[in-house]
This record gives sequence, structure tokens and C-alpha cells, in this order.
Amino acid sequence: MTKKKRTTADRIFIVCNTVFMILFVIITLYPVLNTLAVSFNDGTDALRGGIYLWPRRWSIKNYTTVLKKNNLVTGAYISVLRTVVGTLLALASNAILAFIVSRKKFLFKKPLSFFWVVTMYVNGGLIPTFLLYKNLGMTNSFSVYVIPGMISAFNMLVIRTYMNGIPDSLEESAQLDGAGYGTIFLKIISPLCKPVYATVALFVAVGQWNSWFDAMLYNRLESNLTTLQYELMKLLSSVTNQGTSMETMKNSGGNVTPTSVRAAATILTMLPIICLYPFLQRYFVTGMTLGGVKE
Amino acid sequence: MSNKFKNKSKANITEPKTKISWKEIKQQKVLLIWSAVIVVYGVIFYYLPLAGWLMAFQNYKPKDGLLHSKFIGFAKFEPLFTDITFIRTIRNTLAMGVINLIATFVTAIVFAILLNEITSKGGKKVVQTISYLPHFLSWIIVTGILHDALSGSGIINEILLKLHIIDQSINFFAHPGYFWPIVAFANVWKETGWNAIIYLAAITSIDPSLYEAAAIDGAGRFAKIKYVTLPGIKPTIMILLLMNVGNVLNAGFEIQYLLGNGLVQSVSQTIDIYVLKWGISQSDYSIGTAAGIFKSVVSIVLIVIANQIAKHNGEERLF
Repeated sequence: MTKKKRTTADRIFIVCNTVFMILFVIITLYPVLNTLAVSFNDGTDALRGGIYLWPRRWSIKNYTTVLKKNNLVTGAYISVLRTVVGTLLALASNAILAFIVSRKKFLFKKPLSFFWVVTMYVNGGLIPTFLLYKNLGMTNSFSVYVIPGMISAFNMLVIRTYMNGIPDSLEESAQLDGAGYGTIFLKIISPLCKPVYATVALFVAVGQWNSWFDAMLYNRLESNLTTLQYELMKLLSSVTNQGTSMETMKNSGGNVTPTSVRAAATILTMLPIICLYPFLQRYFVTGMTLGGVKE
Repeated sequence: MSNKFKNKSKANITEPKTKISWKEIKQQKVLLIWSAVIVVYGVIFYYLPLAGWLMAFQNYKPKDGLLHSKFIGFAKFEPLFTDITFIRTIRNTLAMGVINLIATFVTAIVFAILLNEITSKGGKKVVQTISYLPHFLSWIIVTGILHDALSGSGIINEILLKLHIIDQSINFFAHPGYFWPIVAFANVWKETGWNAIIYLAAITSIDPSLYEAAAIDGAGRFAKIKYVTLPGIKPTIMILLLMNVGNVLNAGFEIQYLLGNGLVQSVSQTIDIYVLKWGISQSDYSIGTAAGIFKSVVSIVLIVIANQIAKHNGEERLF
């Protein structure tokens, strides 16, 4: 009934809106697809320009060059390791904390929550934090990636909001059966929290995978411990410093340039996120809405 | 429904009265032990750095440590207000923070509203899924992409040349005038889709009968957006605005650090970069900390002011 009387203004709006959305998608995807095309193109040939969405002269040399670079391979290994270890640690500790502060009968429920919420608004800043890690002996070590950010008030609140929605009767009946808090957490609450655990795990994992600043600040001198993103950054700054010079890279013996190698490295760095993206995106949305409506 | 509500309110009333028995405490032992461990962790990693603020009031020497360095009052804060370099970093941080805040807010809201108007369910889903992909790419990747797109032979220059808007390719990274817009655009590119999620959720929760009523009153598409959709998401907008006002000064590190170069230093340097430069590279911990404190204090003041304004106008507020 409502569809019958579409005015001209309405029709114009629909056309404009569709065009806008198409433009939006193009602007979002084009840079990524262009990088993909450059990464599969012969390096020296790419310098001529004019590569848009499809490689002109196919080559996988860029990728083989990247895979032969030790610093990138080590970086990738460290990045995977920190993502796995960091995510597991963060998930476990945030879940335990959220479990504790969501127990209605717990003595120090309020003070413990407050203790963590404060950390969302006040922090020591870069220098005191830097000195602290240095004094704790965490610089030039792997631990600086996974220990400091382990518990975060935001992630804890997201899990707590979800746990608060679970009926108390479950806990009470389990207690009547003689279950302790450890059992309640592992056997009753956690299985029900799978969706929110997935959400938080994804947030942490993406953050871990993408972070580079900690590698630069604390582990720059330890080449075995730098991450993929940091190595990518070094590659980027070497490219911009030289400009897109004609200089082909040493030890490659083929037609690759810093720009084309960087394109390949960029694609490889994006790959884990792009591959998992379609399967995991619904959790991102859940988390965003859960986090946003928290009290 | 009403029964459930009754139970709940009853529980709320009786809760404070329940005496916590000795048995209960024994049962809570495991919770208490875990809390203690977690508090120790929190004290070390979140509260101990606050003690480092003392450094700002000292002539801090690493060999003397926090306990034996000489106190010098506010002397380390002085250059922050007299040094033109630092004053410029404040301007840059504020300017980019505000521009980014407004740009990302407006685009996210507009995008959410327009996306909501798309009638095809599948199309809507595809666009939305693509829209928040950039959020998950690191700034390293995003700045790399930007460098490519804006380079002399990049796509932007090529389009501008083809359209005869310019006759010579522009070196975007060499002119200070382009820096803030580039940063704003990068933020919009990266975050529009992601920020729109929350507005889309808010739009979905608007009571459909409001739209029907508006239609009966003869409201067209734009009138519905103006009188139903926008007021419906106003609380969400307000609360997010409040949460982000305090972050205005935090908005300036990664991208400025990665995109900045000597030519645009006067507009690219932010407080965080200043802290990094003086504190870590030059090892002047005291001045670095002082700049950090300045930032924290201003952030808290901004949050409180924004909250007061919201309170005064009867809007949603944080505390």
C-alpha cells in the first residue's frame, strides 16, 4: 500500500543513495584490491604505473622475496605466538575477574569493580609505564607483549554485562549440589558465555595482531622478538625515505622493488584477518553493541 | 512477566539483609584468593605507574630513582607553556582531535541512516560487512595504503590529472596544509562503518509504530528521518559524544607518527609524539612525564565539563 505512491523525490533519493553506497564500497575496497594487484605484479613493471585492479605482468617473486626475508618470517612467528598466548591469557583473566564481580553474594564486589573502572580513566602515561616495565625486566622480552594488557576494564565489563544476565538460580542449585565456585565457573557459567568469550577473544586477538608500538618501544634491540607489523613499518619507512626509486632490492636477483615487496608483505599481514573475517564478523557486532550499552 | 519482576524486586530488597555467614566466607575463599591475585596485578600495572607522576616534579635522575631525586616543584611544567614547540603540539593535538571527532561522528551517523534506508536486505548486509573491514587493519597497513594512493603516481593524483583539476601531480605529504585533512580522511575511511554499527543497532530498536504513525500523518522519507530516526538515536549520540570528548587528546599518535615527516612537522607533532621524543629518545623523563600529566588532566577536565553540560541540559550522562 505504501509502495504505491512513490514520489519523484523518493525515486531520486533511492538512486542517489544506491550510488553513494556503491561509491562507499569502491572507496573502501579499492586500496586493498590495488595492493593485491601490485603484489602479484612484476616489481619493475609496476613502477610504470597504471596497475589498478589486475596485475599486468604476473609474478610471485614479491611473495618469494618476502618469505625469504628472515626478519619478516621471525616477525610473523612472534606475531602468531603473541596473538595466541596473549588472547588465551587475556580471556582467562578477564573471565575470572568478571565472574568474581558478577557474583551477587561476593563480599568485595563493589570495591573490586571500582578498582578496575578507575583504570579506564586514569593511567600513568608513557614514561612511567616505560620505566616500570624496564624495572620489572620486561623490556627485551616476550612477556611485555602479553602480560601488561592482560586485564582490561572494558573487556571485563563486556563479559560482566553478559554474566549478569544469567539467572542466579543456576548458581544456587549448583551450590546445593555441593559445587564450589571453581566448578560453577568452569562447568556452569563459562559454557553459557561462549558468545561473549568469542567476542572478547576476537577483540584481543585483533589488537595483538595489529600492535607494533610495544615492539618498537621495548623490543627494538632484540631482532628475534620484533613483530610482523613492526617489520612492515620498517619496510614502509625505508620505501618512503628512498622514494620509489628504480633501485631493485639486493639478494633477490629478480625484478622486485621495495614498493612491490611491501605490497606483498601488506597482503600477507592482512591475510589472517581477511580469511577469518566472514566467519567472525557477527561476533564483532555483538561485542560492539554489548560494549556500547554497558552502564 | 510480572511474576518475574516481583521476584527480582523482592531479591533486591532482601539482599542487603542476608547475613554473610562464616560458612559463606569459607565458600568464598577461592573468590577472595583470586581477587587478591588480580588486585596485586592491577596495583603493579595500573596504579604503580601513577607514582611515576612524581618524576614530573623532580629533577629525575635514573641513578637516584624516584626516592632520591631532587624535588623542583613545577619547573618542568614551565617549558610546556613557554616553548613554542609544545604549544604547537597542543594546538595540533586539539585541532586533529576535534576535526577527527566531528568528521567520524557525522559520517558514521549519516552512513547509518542512509544504510538503513536501503530496502534490499542482502545489499544492506554486503555493504555493512565491507564497511567495517578497514577497522581491523592496523595503522601500519592503512598508512602504507595512503602513501600509495597519494603518491606522485598514485590514484588520487591520476584522477585529478585526468579530470584536469590540476596540471601537475601534488606531493601531498610535503605540504602542511594537507596533513590534517589526510588524517581526518584516514580516520573516516577506517572507522565509519565500525562506528555506524552502534547507530544501526539504535535505529533497529526504534519502535516501528512511530514510523507508521508518522506515515499516517503524511510524513515523507526525510520527515521520518528528521522526526523519528534522529530523535530515536539522540541518546546514543550523546553518550558516545561524551565518551569521546575525553579522548580528544588521545586521538593523536599512531597515524601522526607514521605519516609525519620533517616537512610537515609543524602540524603533525602531537603531545604523545612530543612525550615519546623527549621522554624516550632524549631520556628527559621529567619533562616527558609533565607533558603526559598535562594531557591526562586536560582529558579529565574535558570529560567533567562535557558531563556537566549534558547534566545541565537534561541529557544522558556518564556519571
